[in-house]
Amino acid sequence: MTKSNLRHLTSPLIDNNPITLQMLGICSALAVTTALDTALTMSLALMAVLATASTVISLIRRHIPASIRLVVQITIIASLVIVADQVLRAFAYEISQRLSVFVGLIVTNCIVLGRAESFAMRNPVWPSLLDGLGNGLGYGLILMLVATIRELLGSGSLFGVPVLPLAVDGGWFVPLGFMLLAPSAFFIIGLLIWAIRTRRPAQAEADEFPILTAAAGGRK
Amino acid sequence: MADLSPISWWRRFLALPNDSRLKTLGVAFLVALVSAITVSATSVTLKPRQQAHIEAARAANLAAMIATLPGLADILRQTGAETLETVLVDLRTGQIDGNYDATSYDFLAAQTDPAQGTALLPEDDLAGIGQRPHLAPVYLLRGVDGLALVVLPVYGKGYQSMIRAYLALEGDLNTVAALSIYEQGETPGLGSRITDPGWQALWSGKQAADASGEIIISVVRGSAATASEVDGITGATRSSTGVANLVHFWLGADGYGGFLARLKTGDL
Repeated sequence: MTKSNLRHLTSPLIDNNPITLQMLGICSALAVTTALDTALTMSLALMAVLATASTVISLIRRHIPASIRLVVQITIIASLVIVADQVLRAFAYEISQRLSVFVGLIVTNCIVLGRAESFAMRNPVWPSLLDGLGNGLGYGLILMLVATIRELLGSGSLFGVPVLPLAVDGGWFVPLGFMLLAPSAFFIIGLLIWAIRTRRPAQAEADEFPILTAAAGGRK
Repeated sequence: MADLSPISWWRRFLALPNDSRLKTLGVAFLVALVSAITVSATSVTLKPRQQAHIEAARAANLAAMIATLPGLADILRQTGAETLETVLVDLRTGQIDGNYDATSYDFLAAQTDPAQGTALLPEDDLAGIGQRPHLAPVYLLRGVDGLALVVLPVYGKGYQSMIRAYLALEGDLNTVAALSIYEQGETPGLGSRITDPGWQALWSGKQAADASGEIIISVVRGSAATASEVDGITGATRSSTGVANLVHFWLGADGYGGFLARLKTGDL
């Protein structure tokens, strides 16, 4: 693997992370991160769909008419999502019940269409596959981080294995019910973004609409 | 001279400018065709496996509920019955319908099929299900002293999902023997606590109706005071009242009420 190809795989992990830099796929990141096993399954499902979709779209990219390219892309992505959902239902029934609609909603996950449109349509198959895998990994990394925090503080367990003794069972830990609600994921992702951008100031965007202050001399 | 071999035809198709009408339609058609075949093939191949999981989950729930009932294993042993007797009940008349095979009846499909159900008026639709199927399977267990247990499949809307459960009544047809929720998609960690065995166990022994026959069983905030009240779950008010509403509906006149009344008077 050449160095530039390797970058397609590694850059979406932190430098160009789909969630913390591009702000895509937030919806599912909120919904499936109450427990680690659902977050892991969701990450794997998204990675599989993303890598396959990027590969297929890159494979036929020279023959996709510009006028219907989004329709073609979304048809391919939607079919792959249904396949992923069916496979989960057949081989991981219990987890698929808990993920309910969110596997199906991968189709609306902007990461998949975003990578198809901005990368796979313009690049050869091998880099597209790596780019898909890399973005899937970047998404999965954030999901696992958020799910670790939420499951540990919200249920006192990791992968369903009790870690902190719960007060109801005679331990000392009182779970934070808030961690099981979607808004907590917003806070955690926000804090993650803050941490990443403090370490890598290049990621911080210029203020599009700065707040006027007296010191700045009013109108710009 | 026109070359009719499919390969050269395919090459000429690929060589067309991408935005020509023929190529646009052709690509759209081919992508749709390949996608459709992939999806159908996956769905058909995996169907038996998925169905087996669903059946196993249903059977496990029924078995788990039976296991929670005290003395039931003894009753089964005394009667020599392997499992429960399944009958199909016509909810319009309250009669047992012997025309269909109860074991092959697809209750789940009937719940959404307009041809197999009656639309409910919003004011009658306590469970929020829109329409009620004509036929429903009921599981009966007859012991040495007559009817020992009736298990009713029930379902209804919770806070954000359809809650499906088995409701078991004791031989007096008024005391709840057990409630077992086997499918729900409520908020994880909050509404989903209705599946807590501890909470479901609170239903056991509750009286469904008062002396006049009116269904009074309910979920209350705080602590239950009477024999017909069940403690609500903090943070899951709408999910737990959803369960109470669906129990109300299915025990009422639009649900199994007619059948239970006939069963009580022995008119079956």
